[in-house]
Amino acid sequence: MQKIGVFVCHCGTNIAATVDVKAVVDALAKEPSVVFAADYPYMCSESGQNLIKDAIREHELTGVVICSCSPRMHEVTFRRAAASAGLNPYLVEVANIREQCSWIHKDKAEATEKAIILGRAAIAKALLNAPLIAGESPVTKRALVIGGGIAGIQTALDIAEAGFPVDIVEQKPTIGGKMAQIDKTFPTLDCSACILTPKMVECAQNENIRIFSYSEVESVSGFVGSFTVKIRKKARYVDEVKCTGCGLCTEKCPVKNVPNEFNLGFDNRRAVYIPFAQAIPKIAVIDPDRCNMLKNGKCGLCSRVCEAGAINYKQTDEIVEEHYGAIVAATGYEISDVTRYGEYAYTESKDVITSLEFERLTNAAGPTGGVLLRPSDGKHPHTIVFIQCVGSRCVLEKGKPYCSKICCMYTAKHAMLTREKYPDTEVYVFYIDVRTPGKNFDEFYRRAAEEFGVHYIKGAVGKIVPRADGTLDVQAADLIMDEQLRISADLVVLAAAIEPSKTARKLATMLTASMDTNDFFTEAHPKLRPVESPTAGIFLSGVCQGPKDIPETVSQAGACAAKVIGLLSKNKLTGNPCVAHSDELMCNGCSSCANVCPYGAITYLDKEFRMPDRTTKVRRVASVNPAVCQGCGACTVACPSGAMDLSGFSNSQIMAEVDAICR
Amino acid sequence: MQERLKARARELLGDGVVTRVLGWKKGEFSYDITPAVFESAEELERDFVFDGFCGANLSKYLIQEASKPGKGKILVFLKPCDSYSYGELLKEHRIAKENVYAVGIPCEGMADADRIRARGIDGILGIEHEGEDFLVHTLYGDERVSVKEALAERCLSCKSKRHASCDELIGEEGEDVPDDVRFTEVARLEAMTPEERFEFWRGELSRCVRCNACRNVCPACSCENCVFDNPASGISQKAAADPFEENMYHIIRAFHVAGRCTDCGECSRVCPEHIPLHLLNRKFIKDIDELYGAYRAGESEDGKNPLVSYTEGDVEPSVVNERGRA
Repeated sequence: MQKIGVFVCHCGTNIAATVDVKAVVDALAKEPSVVFAADYPYMCSESGQNLIKDAIREHELTGVVICSCSPRMHEVTFRRAAASAGLNPYLVEVANIREQCSWIHKDKAEATEKAIILGRAAIAKALLNAPLIAGESPVTKRALVIGGGIAGIQTALDIAEAGFPVDIVEQKPTIGGKMAQIDKTFPTLDCSACILTPKMVECAQNENIRIFSYSEVESVSGFVGSFTVKIRKKARYVDEVKCTGCGLCTEKCPVKNVPNEFNLGFDNRRAVYIPFAQAIPKIAVIDPDRCNMLKNGKCGLCSRVCEAGAINYKQTDEIVEEHYGAIVAATGYEISDVTRYGEYAYTESKDVITSLEFERLTNAAGPTGGVLLRPSDGKHPHTIVFIQCVGSRCVLEKGKPYCSKICCMYTAKHAMLTREKYPDTEVYVFYIDVRTPGKNFDEFYRRAAEEFGVHYIKGAVGKIVPRADGTLDVQAADLIMDEQLRISADLVVLAAAIEPSKTARKLATMLTASMDTNDFFTEAHPKLRPVESPTAGIFLSGVCQGPKDIPETVSQAGACAAKVIGLLSKNKLTGNPCVAHSDELMCNGCSSCANVCPYGAITYLDKEFRMPDRTTKVRRVASVNPAVCQGCGACTVACPSGAMDLSGFSNSQIMAEVDAICR
Repeated sequence: MQERLKARARELLGDGVVTRVLGWKKGEFSYDITPAVFESAEELERDFVFDGFCGANLSKYLIQEASKPGKGKILVFLKPCDSYSYGELLKEHRIAKENVYAVGIPCEGMADADRIRARGIDGILGIEHEGEDFLVHTLYGDERVSVKEALAERCLSCKSKRHASCDELIGEEGEDVPDDVRFTEVARLEAMTPEERFEFWRGELSRCVRCNACRNVCPACSCENCVFDNPASGISQKAAADPFEENMYHIIRAFHVAGRCTDCGECSRVCPEHIPLHLLNRKFIKDIDELYGAYRAGESEDGKNPLVSYTEGDVEPSVVNERGRA
């Protein structure tokens, strides 16, 4: 005989204002097997929980139904309370009469009726609950950080500092990411490279950190605590151990016309190159698309000049397999394609550039040695127009609906620095809004506008027409003055929207981590679990989760590291017992379940079965790895024979709930 | 053609490539052709039949026959439509492929004995293709019936004369048949109001006697333990408590094979009450084609069926829902 206790929460007035809580208690008390029913203003409070615990002991309850808020909020609380009173925590059922009832209804009578029905369904399910015991799995005490920008660097440093080994996989030949290309950082205007490179060096020197540069994640399998990752180390054609980074090869290489990615194509590099002076690791790499030796076997100059004998034209990609307990996605961002906005004439004029290109033009280590010169003729620009929100906050298909968040501030920085260094230059900024929430941000912007005399114009640029004399005819609207403007500019800088790295989507599929429609990784909870992916063991650091500036990225990277350290500090992980299992006698081995499983939790075994006529038969049957299964239940729906079932959400429980609702 | 198949079967038996042959033999009546396993050249010579009544799809029998321990390889003859069922069963790992030698055979369409008898032709002894006609041998002499007037419905709406999966081919490989008439009847049902459609199916399904022939013959219905036979499923039954239960049986069955049904038409062929059961899944096939792009179950031995896979091009569930209401 089952004994069910029903506990109805008022949630202050959250529930009680719309649902007649007493009526719910009265109705549910009459349900079969219910031996106790009570209401309480806050069931999640200490005394509310005590009410549950006392009833479990006093009435020897075999199941508990709590009508309250979403199980996402307090299921864990109530399960713990039940466990402390000696009841298996998985015998607790939560009926959501807040989010799914009181909050969305106005009519009290109808809401009360619905609350009763939801409670009845929960009772029907609770009657079929079985005690479940969570399994345990070991934790590999090593973390993988995918992406070697400031987010990945900071996360890796913090994890390493806590004593755990960590690997950084970076697709470029050097770590550093976008921050290495930036000139100054707002709002303090300290030199970006000066604050980044010590961290890069620290990564190289920390014995807990290994850097896989010029490498990509090839495949990911496993689950939280024990992931297996294959890493493709792309062929550099340079022996990483032997190369001293002297750079002699990069001076002697005869192929001189390769656009330099680091300087965004403003100057050239050789076919063998080191991305920049402070690159980590400082190892040369040969560009196989441009190297004559690799293309047609004619050259070999770098090999001859290399005193270390590090050049190896026969090197091939290498696949390394490693095991990790946690994986951090820190894949960062890219500048979105501004060629889509024909009105800004980016493709027509060399003097229309993106903000990142502007960073390189003002950087002392950049192509102009830090002197701001026009790309077209190398002359000093006297009028510069900055256009904000190029592709951001855009409702059109070609743009991004979100705010890229960093552009207002870096544009203020560019404008201010230009005015400071070149007072003879007029600077105009076209904006929709100026958004400066952040410590010392608004002060910074006001300084640009007020002290440095930057002309901030609320309005949009409709068209840019390159003129024969080399100037740019900027046609715009000033929304405050309500007038049309035409500015003859020497240089136009587009604050292009940032977008997640193109590699992120492929990676998300490998990690089974979810993404939003803009290809930013989704966090497990936007407020309460912002650095975790909904997939256990996958963590998020930096802009791959959403637009961020450097201070925010660094603090999120630290938070992410804290979560990883928390996971790696555990010796064992308690699993979720609500996982799928297959009835081997009914399984056809058809693979429908494995085809829909997003976690790769299902494998197949050839098993011997005894047949009724005493013969044995080998059959292919599904087997679920409970440590990998996340209990989503997709397999139970796909299974044609009904062999798959989910503990805690069995097919018969779902049917019982439906029956109770339809009664 | 019968002699060619026999000869090839004899050869493969003789060479030891196969130990058994899955083919057809005569049943109670000459138009009651039934699947059979032949173990020797003598048996083949005596009983093997291939004529215009060999509609039975042999692929499902391979689940049992190819998993008999120590029995060696079995030869199976597959008409183009049967080869799709075979392909789907291979994809679902239901057949031990290493124990099968599949021979694709051409098919000009199979006759429906009822349609021939409806023309007043009795005492049927045999049938063969002759140009545009079927030549029907009867107790009272030969009769000619044009192919179009004698073909089974599923052959009139044949989807392909090209084989999906087989190890060897006898005769020329055929081509896909354009789907111009295949969905005519489905479109007629779609044009009905939901009430009319409900009444149509209530009427058709009211004749169901729950003989389970449709399930037993269906190559997609190959579960080790069918939900209708499994007391734990909650839907097994010995006797219907409510007349709607037989309707539910067909609805559940249609959903179970959705996306896996190859439209072989065996369900309607074996139904003693002539319920057009194939239309249930032909509707699914039409919907899948329209919503997820052209797809043919069984065409390939690997890949995923569109109902259990996700691509970014997939239609939004709300669109499917809206269509369901129409």
